[in-house]
Amino acid sequence: MTAANTPLLRWLRATGAVFMKDWRSELRTRYAISALVMFVITTISIILFALGGEGASPEVLSGMLWVVIFFAAMSGLARTFVMEEERGTAMMLQLTTAPSAVFAGKLLFNLVLGAGLTVLTVVLYLIFISGFTVKTYSIFLGAITLGSIGLAAASTIIAAIIARANTKGTLYPVLSFPILLPLLMTVISATRLAADGMPFSEALGEFQILISYIVVVVTTSVLLFEYIWKD
Amino acid sequence: MEIRISARGLRMAFNRRTVFQGIDFSVGNGETLLVAGRNGSGKSTLVKILCGLLTPTGGKVEMTGEKPLDAHAWRGHIGLVAPYLQVYDEFSAIENLRLTMALRGLLSDDGAHRSLLERLALDVRRSDPVRGFSSGMKQRLKYALALSHQPSVLVLDEPMANLDSDGTMIVRSIMEEQRRRGILVVATNDLSDVSAVQTRVDLDDRR
Repeated sequence: MTAANTPLLRWLRATGAVFMKDWRSELRTRYAISALVMFVITTISIILFALGGEGASPEVLSGMLWVVIFFAAMSGLARTFVMEEERGTAMMLQLTTAPSAVFAGKLLFNLVLGAGLTVLTVVLYLIFISGFTVKTYSIFLGAITLGSIGLAAASTIIAAIIARANTKGTLYPVLSFPILLPLLMTVISATRLAADGMPFSEALGEFQILISYIVVVVTTSVLLFEYIWKD
Repeated sequence: MEIRISARGLRMAFNRRTVFQGIDFSVGNGETLLVAGRNGSGKSTLVKILCGLLTPTGGKVEMTGEKPLDAHAWRGHIGLVAPYLQVYDEFSAIENLRLTMALRGLLSDDGAHRSLLERLALDVRRSDPVRGFSSGMKQRLKYALALSHQPSVLVLDEPMANLDSDGTMIVRSIMEEQRRRGILVVATNDLSDVSAVQTRVDLDDRR
């Protein structure tokens, strides 16, 4: 067997193909990107109008930031699996690619999309929501990085589960909420610490929880995906 | 490599409704397996089981080379053309071919892709998005995708669907070639679609 055809290289090539396919497809159709951008802009506008000139506490504003990110993720990150089912192309992937490569490619795509979503939301939030200021940037960066990874990881496996259901639109947020609740509570807490100007050491507990959450979700997903993916 | 597909006591049921049961066959290189039966008799279900896309409720199907093949190796030997297998509409024919090869973990060869598309009379439209293709052209593209990795087992579900007389002739030559190269599996209502059958599975009255 030549080096170009070792099982690992073939797996990496297949994973890259799933990721690039989704990315090219997204750039041509703009299904998820349009949904995400419109949702973020609309929601931040509503928050802006709702607050008016009134201020809100850092606790409330930290929570609202993650509410925007959570619901935007719900509207966009499920598309990667739902589109395959709706267009009938899931079978092409099942026929040609190892389930682990499909999951890894889709997870990679959602990580990139989730990171873009988080950056867009945070930038708009910092610009337009005047009462929200970050005093400890190291905590804030850690929270949004680990938060968006956790959100993308959980969203990917939940999307795979609900993709074949008839009531996808309803099922996705309903199933996501209990699974994402520990993640959301922890990132909100870490964001609040950043807004309060606490030292980095104060947020170590939150970061330990977030890293554990990501490890558990990704490990469980890898173990379960083959059974979810196959009919 | 000498490939053999064997099924013993295959049974498939959805919920409590048995689609078929008691299916046994064995087919090897140079042979054709015909899966026949009325609409709803379970031809496509049996095809999906043979391709590793469905797990049977009972019995066993296995593909053996020098030893029994696992699911991943199994996938690498199969080429499938079926009405329910969809291609990526937003990509062109050549992009679909490159994608299918990459999804299989294989390197693409544009020269080989072009000659395959030429054989299927799709070369002039190779760069056009598939969403503009007619149903017959999409069916031809499915043949190109199924043949791109030179499969040992070519599985055809309703092989002549949507094809004109030229397309039918091309597919007949592909079937002849596959008989020489490996195993041909054809699921159809129309028995004129296939000749020189060594093994026949009739799904009527198998409930």
